[in-house]
Amino acid sequence: MEVLLFGIAKDIVGTSSFRFEGGDVVPQSVLELKERLSETFPEFDNLSSLAVAVNSEYADDSKGLNLGDEIAIIPPVSGG
Amino acid sequence: MIVEIVDEIAPGQVYAELSHPNSGGICVFVGAVREFTDNEEVKALEFEAYKSMALREMEKIAGEATQKWELNKVVIRHAVGKKEVEEPVVVVGASSAHRDACFEACRYLIDTLKERVPIWKKEIFKNKMVWVSAHP
Repeated sequence: MEVLLFGIAKDIVGTSSFRFEGGDVVPQSVLELKERLSETFPEFDNLSSLAVAVNSEYADDSKGLNLGDEIAIIPPVSGG
Repeated sequence: MIVEIVDEIAPGQVYAELSHPNSGGICVFVGAVREFTDNEEVKALEFEAYKSMALREMEKIAGEATQKWELNKVVIRHAVGKKEVEEPVVVVGASSAHRDACFEACRYLIDTLKERVPIWKKEIFKNKMVWVSAHP
């Protein structure tokens, strides 16, 4: 499972992507992934909002995750 | 329908892209880099995109606009990379038989882009850098 990081999320984690492999404890849902991020990097709690995309689509907290998914951590967008 | 993420925006080309024999109205919005944010001088903006998803979202928004209004042509084009004061960063536009449809669609295109397209901008000031809207 590849996790892509953008904007301030990339700065908080200090990398633009990381992977969960089969041997890792892989988060089972979007909510679990968000909780994992917040535990490791408490700065995520200070953001205005935090969205997650699974395979390039916005996903609810309840969305299940699979090892083959491309995940993106989406802090508040600010295009335009 | 033209949906693109590019390094440089040339706003002049959009007229030809939106022109259509049945379009009596062409409406275009260009977003550019402003020199001041809360009285602080901005040196530049730096844009980053989750490109594959951003293009998908931009296509969806263009599609939604053509459902809501009778449009002949739609353009959504966003720049990435570092942009200096007065440089264009986004161009959206629509053309339609009469002006009401393209005016309303143009506003929808830029407002919805700002809400959901995964693109981020960092304001570069003299002494600091800030990801826009990241914090409350």
